[in-house]
Amino acid sequence: DIDDVGHKYYLELELEDVLDKDSTVNCTAEVLYHLGNKNIAPDVQFTLEGELKNTDEADNIFYNRVKSLEKELVAENIPDSHGNVPPEMEPIHLLAWVASGYVIWQNSTENTKFQLAQIKHVKQVKRTDEYLEFDYMILLHDMVSQEIIPWQMTVLWHPQHGVQVTQDSRQPKHASG
Amino acid sequence: LQLDFWLAPRGLGHPVDIRVPFPSLQPLKAHLEANGISYSIMIEDVQTLVDDEQMEMLRGRRGLPVSTNTFDYATYHSLDEIYTFMDLLVAENPNLVSKLEIGRSTENRPLYVLKFSKGGTNRPAIWIDTGIHSREWVTQASGVWFAKKIVQDHENNEGVASILDKMDIFLEIVTNPDGFVFTQTQNRMWRKTRSRRSGSVCVGVDPNRNWDAGFGGPGASGNACSETYHGPYANSEPEVKSIVDFVKSHGNIKAFISIHSYSQLLLYPYGYTTTPVPDQKELHEISEKAVAALSSLYGTNYKYGSIITTIYQASGGTIDWTYNQGIKYSFTFELRDTGRYGFLLPAKQIVPTAQETWLALKVIMQYTLDHPY
Repeated sequence: DIDDVGHKYYLELELEDVLDKDSTVNCTAEVLYHLGNKNIAPDVQFTLEGELKNTDEADNIFYNRVKSLEKELVAENIPDSHGNVPPEMEPIHLLAWVASGYVIWQNSTENTKFQLAQIKHVKQVKRTDEYLEFDYMILLHDMVSQEIIPWQMTVLWHPQHGVQVTQDSRQPKHASG
Repeated sequence: LQLDFWLAPRGLGHPVDIRVPFPSLQPLKAHLEANGISYSIMIEDVQTLVDDEQMEMLRGRRGLPVSTNTFDYATYHSLDEIYTFMDLLVAENPNLVSKLEIGRSTENRPLYVLKFSKGGTNRPAIWIDTGIHSREWVTQASGVWFAKKIVQDHENNEGVASILDKMDIFLEIVTNPDGFVFTQTQNRMWRKTRSRRSGSVCVGVDPNRNWDAGFGGPGASGNACSETYHGPYANSEPEVKSIVDFVKSHGNIKAFISIHSYSQLLLYPYGYTTTPVPDQKELHEISEKAVAALSSLYGTNYKYGSIITTIYQASGGTIDWTYNQGIKYSFTFELRDTGRYGFLLPAKQIVPTAQETWLALKVIMQYTLDHPY
């Protein structure tokens, strides 16, 4: 507890590569949840003790594949009801994970526990510059309230410039289902 | 001879496979033996296999399972398929398994419970339910697997033989059929029942907040549009009331296990209050053993503890009520995973999940058998 400021947490984490279970990196972090104003994202400081794997090759393959598509990429329900993700959609899925991480961070309090539940819809938006742009409609699951929250996010990505969420907004839930 | 080569001659030293018409059997055997050519019979009667396959395909075209031995446990099934599976299991094992209808859902679907019993009258019993929250698909799928497993192992000592010698097992696989159908037809993420109330456009009550234990207190919502809406009053939901009535009239249930996903947790009461249950120490020790057994199979990590200290405050929950009824060994599982796929767990994880969970369930059942009260 930090009087008049908020609650600070000191974390020791082990990061595990989702694509390679044996590849782990230790990490220490400090998270400060601000008192009062719940509209400010928590402050996060972290130190990686080691290096993250280099993914340039896979990134470039994906980048070139999408750049060379004739029609804009469109997809729905990733994973599908049975948990399937078509292999060619896996990078789209991973990109959504990263981008939703940003959205989750910006909207987290000590009383939320968000996970990306599903990509309902994703559409590529063609750009004249070198970036790839995707318009996602995702579902976030908040473990604490058990709510499924639709969220729109616009994601920019480039292999060398990384991920940016340029726009995001919470969507209204449907009443009867 | 009209010999039909299924593996054609390739050269010296390579075997051939031949389908032989009945009239040619004798002449062919005589010929092979006279020439010192050894042979073995791979299929006694091809026609039988063809007939079986035809039957399978005809029924398969209607989409319904044909036997619990050809049933695909590694995929998600519809309500009709699961209900058909139950009937098949009973038909195949009439001396062990029976199906009880304990009530009807809001949309008038039957609520079925499988009873596994080697006899006796009103023996002490273990209750297991899956699918109370309809979007938690790995649970109903695991329930189906458990049903088959009980049948497969009912005579063997590493299985449930000694448990079934003294106790009955009740298994409700689709505890919320209305919700389940809704997840398949309209909204994969539906959690609650499908009851409607005048005064709200929103549908459904959280069946795990509708029990009479701290009902309506903190840890549930009074808003009908919320995923944790407790309902207008305790047991308002027929899916809940039917279990309450069953438990009360049975009167001899000694362990009660309600299965959810996801988070990989084993939980015991209470959820509605921080006051520990009197049997906290014992339940904690059982949980430790059960989780160790679960992890031993594939290394899956589980945490365990009381609901309120391990997951969150939740009022009106199933096992808080069952514990307060005197069912000491009341537990809730949250199965795989921890969020990577969440509710959308890939079908190929169904069987491993069911297998590891079964080891934990056996620990609890064995403990219950060894500690009568």
